[in-house]
Amino acid sequence: MAKKIVTALVGAAVLGLGATAAQADTLSDVKAKGFVQCGVNGSNLAGFGAQDSAGNWAGLDIDLCKAVAAAVFGDATKVKFTPLSAKDRFPALQSGEIDLLARNTTWSVSRDSQLGFDFRAVNYYDGQGFMVKKELGVKSALELSGASVCVQSGTTTELNLADYFRSNNMDFKPVVFEAQDEADAAYNAGRCDAYTTDASGLYSIRLKMANPDDHMVLPEIISKEPLGPAVRQNDSKWFDIVTWSHYAMVAAEEFGITTANVEEMKKSANPDIKRFLGEEADSTIGADLGLPKDWAVQIIKAVGNYGESFDRNVGEGSPLKIARGLNAQWTKGGLQYAPPIR
Amino acid sequence: MALADARTGSGEPPKVSLLYNPALRSVVYQVVTLVVIIGAVWYAWNNVVQNLARANMTAGFGFLNSRAGFDLAQALIPYSSDSTYFRALQVGLLNTLVVAAAGIVTATIVGLLVGVGRLSHNWLIARLCTIYVEIFRNIPPLLVIFFWYLGVLALLPSIRTIFQNLKEDPNAVFFISNRGIYMPAPVFGEGFGVVLVALLIGIVAAIVFTIWANARQRATGQRPPVLWINLALVVLLPLAVFIVMGQPLTLDYAVPGSFNMKGGMVIGPEFLALYLALSLYTASFIAEIVRAGIRGVSHGQSEASYALGLRPGQATRLVVLPQALRIIIPPLTSQYLNLIKNSSLAVAVGYADLVAVGGTILNQSGKSIEIISIWMLIYVSISLITSLFMNWFNAKMALVER
Repeated sequence: MAKKIVTALVGAAVLGLGATAAQADTLSDVKAKGFVQCGVNGSNLAGFGAQDSAGNWAGLDIDLCKAVAAAVFGDATKVKFTPLSAKDRFPALQSGEIDLLARNTTWSVSRDSQLGFDFRAVNYYDGQGFMVKKELGVKSALELSGASVCVQSGTTTELNLADYFRSNNMDFKPVVFEAQDEADAAYNAGRCDAYTTDASGLYSIRLKMANPDDHMVLPEIISKEPLGPAVRQNDSKWFDIVTWSHYAMVAAEEFGITTANVEEMKKSANPDIKRFLGEEADSTIGADLGLPKDWAVQIIKAVGNYGESFDRNVGEGSPLKIARGLNAQWTKGGLQYAPPIR
Repeated sequence: MALADARTGSGEPPKVSLLYNPALRSVVYQVVTLVVIIGAVWYAWNNVVQNLARANMTAGFGFLNSRAGFDLAQALIPYSSDSTYFRALQVGLLNTLVVAAAGIVTATIVGLLVGVGRLSHNWLIARLCTIYVEIFRNIPPLLVIFFWYLGVLALLPSIRTIFQNLKEDPNAVFFISNRGIYMPAPVFGEGFGVVLVALLIGIVAAIVFTIWANARQRATGQRPPVLWINLALVVLLPLAVFIVMGQPLTLDYAVPGSFNMKGGMVIGPEFLALYLALSLYTASFIAEIVRAGIRGVSHGQSEASYALGLRPGQATRLVVLPQALRIIIPPLTSQYLNLIKNSSLAVAVGYADLVAVGGTILNQSGKSIEIISIWMLIYVSISLITSLFMNWFNAKMALVER
């Protein structure tokens, strides 16, 4: 819509005229302006990026933005959010309108290379699924041949959908919306038989329906969707900060450091923990990253460790009640694994 | 005489400094402007290439030959997820053209009726038309689209209800549901081409006959029954051929499938919402233009035509409207262009128009500058072609001074 065109035009204009935006290193830019500009989900995706009735942002992606702000400034409030649609997000990052994209974005090779971004950290391992109304009596996605399927445009979802039906010799009628809200409304009104997006999103959207119990998420997961933050390519300093902000949260969970006990843990005898929290006398980890010495402490104080953030936003402590599954620590059979901090 | 000679001189302007020579100055201004424009374009292009290179991206249109990978709901030409981006853009362009053309025709008809209706002496008709204009003229077109899509079409019976109803009335062939309007699709059999040829011959014959009839009327004052003979030529001739050829046309009915109706023809709610909204929104502006045009023709013209013995209908058709058209056409062109451009709001309800398809491609390939250039080029071309046609039409309708 108009907003998208404006964003795209601004992107084009900035690429065309603003020789400065793309070249300066993001960390200096961020420090100069005094806040992190973070691109997040603009359609209230509960658990990842959503505003409550008071206008406060919350979600897994929001916590990551706050963690970066806490690491850089020691103050998690020094972050501004730019709500973006699936389509707007890439031009916004390319043009330098945002410093960091944390908008449940799937890491794929074409986005990593062709679009000119860098991905490494994965703050949620997801997969694409289908939601249907229970009254249809459908028990498997393989029974969906001939169905109308609501999908958001400009997503990997749209491509997986086409591939899945094609590889299973089924046909379908796509009903494509740019904004998630309109897709929700259309599915609710019976315009489509099934709704497809990342499974986490389906749980979130299901809660928005008038009667969530009338809807069910089918068992098939048809794709790998590692969701994570993206930054512009060729800015490894900034890329390191964003990546390690996430790993700090994961490592904190592994070490058992929480918001509540972080001050106590500083006195820990464990050298790994002391180094991580910047308590080792001659540690240069923070300085090497371009951050204050207590960067990890600030992150944990602001948003907690990964497990705390997960529980609060999408896990047992939230209405979504999503199990840890793939997002458990590697020690507990999941994929969340922080490289050593030394 | 010497004085006169001196005044007329030898036709040369008085000598002035080069700095103040108007001819030279205008040339200099134009050259400077041109240099500035070329410089700006070159600077922008250079920057684009440099910045893209810095971001490890390339500029160019080669990506249009890559596989699209996404499906489109509304495609008038064969398309699948294996087709190229270029093909997807063609589908989008066609969808834009279809909704724009249908919208322009409907908006013109509705606008004409409402515009004339506002001038009606019938109190009720005039007031209804006024209410129509004031409502649709004062609501943003995007809201009108949402009104139709979520407020009207989404509330139609669900496809399940249609399945139920079909059990009670198995002979139904025409269904209105919240998934669109289903109707039988024509399947052209062998020999249908002959019928088309007959239709073409009928139309040509009707045109020739009309020209001859007009000439005869001018020469003799007698008017042959043009309407009836033309109707016979255009309708009866192809119909006769159709029957002779053994009725080479069957209908493909929509029947219940697993989730949707199968077969037949369907007009989706996305198209309907956009088409209705664009037509009715633009019609309110056209109505005002028509009203202004008719009002702009001096009342004396109608009075004079009544004095000549023309009936009111004839007076409107032969005297008032041709003059009103001269006032109507230029602003009408602007409305047509507005409608074409407003069709890009399609993206809001998921109609696969040029902007929606281009946006998806932009998102997947990251080629913002290329896609936006394509958008601009295509919209400028469509608009200029429409303008050219309307200017030609305007010139044809303009007062021919003898």
